Amino acid sequence: MALIQFKNVTKTYGTGENPFPALKGLNLTIDEGEFLALMGPSGSGKSTTMNIAACLDTATSGNYLFQNISVENLDTHQRTLLRRNFLGFIFQGFNLLPRSSAIENVELPLIYRGDKKQDRRSAAYEALEKVGLSDWQDHNPNELSGGQQQRVAIARAIVTNPKILLADEPTGNLDSQTSAEIMSLLTSLNQDSGVTIIMVTHEQEMADYSSRVVHFLDGQIRT
Amino acid sequence: MFWNSLILALNAIRRNLLRSFLTVLGIIIGVAAVITMVTIGRGATQSVSDQITAMGTNQLIIRPGQRRGTGSNTPEFRQKDVDIIKNQVTGIAGVAPYSTISSNVIAQAKNYTTLITGTTNDFFTVGNWELGSGRKFQQAELKSGKASCILGTTVKNNLFGNENPEGKRIRIKKFTCEVIGVLKSKGQSTWGTDQDDTVVMPLKTVHRRLLGSLDISRIAVKVEDSNKITSAQRKITELLRESRRLPDNMENDFRVLDMRQIIKTLTGTTRVLTMLLGAVAAVSLLVGGIGIMNIMLVSVTERTKEIGIRLAIGALEKHVLMQFLIEAVVLSSIGGVLGLILATGLSVAGANLMGVPFLFDLRINILAFLFSASIGILFGFVPARRAARLNPIDALRHE
Repeated sequence: MALIQFKNVTKTYGTGENPFPALKGLNLTIDEGEFLALMGPSGSGKSTTMNIAACLDTATSGNYLFQNISVENLDTHQRTLLRRNFLGFIFQGFNLLPRSSAIENVELPLIYRGDKKQDRRSAAYEALEKVGLSDWQDHNPNELSGGQQQRVAIARAIVTNPKILLADEPTGNLDSQTSAEIMSLLTSLNQDSGVTIIMVTHEQEMADYSSRVVHFLDGQIRT
Repeated sequence: MFWNSLILALNAIRRNLLRSFLTVLGIIIGVAAVITMVTIGRGATQSVSDQITAMGTNQLIIRPGQRRGTGSNTPEFRQKDVDIIKNQVTGIAGVAPYSTISSNVIAQAKNYTTLITGTTNDFFTVGNWELGSGRKFQQAELKSGKASCILGTTVKNNLFGNENPEGKRIRIKKFTCEVIGVLKSKGQSTWGTDQDDTVVMPLKTVHRRLLGSLDISRIAVKVEDSNKITSAQRKITELLRESRRLPDNMENDFRVLDMRQIIKTLTGTTRVLTMLLGAVAAVSLLVGGIGIMNIMLVSVTERTKEIGIRLAIGALEKHVLMQFLIEAVVLSSIGGVLGLILATGLSVAGANLMGVPFLFDLRINILAFLFSASIGILFGFVPARRAARLNPIDALRHE
């Protein structure tokens, strides 16, 4: 079943004399349970595709459908709610809050969702357990290794039980062994919990973990 | 959500303790200045009216001349003026004549210069004086001009210390005088003079032995009913003009002062001054608010990435707005509280230094605190809105 559909999506940055077309008519359908890798040189439109998929940005023309809902027709507030309830994010730079412990970082999305304190703690603890960091819950990010920080970030992304995980070069800052660990964690999340994963990567090795690879070039899918 | 924002704000403030302190310094000084000014001002107003009340309300003071210190050629009053007022003005409780002269007094090898006041027993009624010990003058003493005297506490302390001076003799110029009593202390007057620094004697004694004339330099009248003060004032003016044979085309060469008017004028002046000083101090509160806005804008820029993360993982604009707004309000409220504490210290110290009572005014304290908190809202809003409106994509890329 199609979870996400890009229908002839274009995105143009800048107006006036030098508009930059980042996406030139993207058509892409992603089914529930897929593990998709987006590849391509920088400026080819991967990040723009991710931003639109993340409901952080909207298409200039065309349709982006999330569970058959046209996201263009939603306002900022509604898109935030959609993000909060269905999407999880993993960034290249981890993007954890400094001076907050691992469990506080994992809890953050639940705070904004308005969960009760006890529920938040236990859900955050469970998520940390899933990524194998329950012993490190009280450590601040600067006391954790890069791999551990990314695991905390993954725990934060899955704590809300999202339908889709959006990972933007999740292993970009990690050595190959740690990268492999992170990738097998993502794979198991995809296979055991059935989370759909969309991942941007530059490395073929990482793309090999995925179930489908989409190559971008000049704002379009290379066929 | 509110509770979380509060904790977030406190954490953010704690992280930059020195900077936060410097930021709220403006608010601290502003709040402290406003409260201190108003508190001391109110104390001063109170002290002015207290002291005048202690001198006796319902009082009319009659002086020769139109201005204090002038009029060497305007005649002083005589006993007949006192009698006229006493006999012809109705509804008065007492008429006290005063003849004063500064002189050296000696007792037990100690000497002290003080003001000798010649008067009658009406002095007690009119001036609200009471005896600490001893007795008032007897009619015979007043009539004959006997050398009896009643000491103010300052004079008593300087000459006799803790001894009881009753029955002892003090030497004034060429005569000696028996101490028959001591006045109860009244303290400083509005104009800073020590009211207890005096020796009271029968008017006649002062006239004969010290002044060598029958001049009365001042008459104080106590009116029974405060509603009758104005009419008494008019009647006295009329009688004195007649007694001093002033033709209709000449102005009064004396003044009849109503103490209530003096209270009103003096307290009015201090009140206006208090308001003025308070307003000047309030400007520094405003400057403190601008300081908060400045530092909050810096804080938003510094934490752009954090804001981006929060927005990406599901924070609504209003959450971010609240976070920064609460941080600004917490910051300014902390300043407000510290300002209140500082103000209490300064007010107590200032009141002591100036010799005015410390009047804690809950209203101005609450008002200043609320004002400082609302400064946080006012000046925190612009930075908070800037944070809330950040584009999460750009904010996340911010380094």
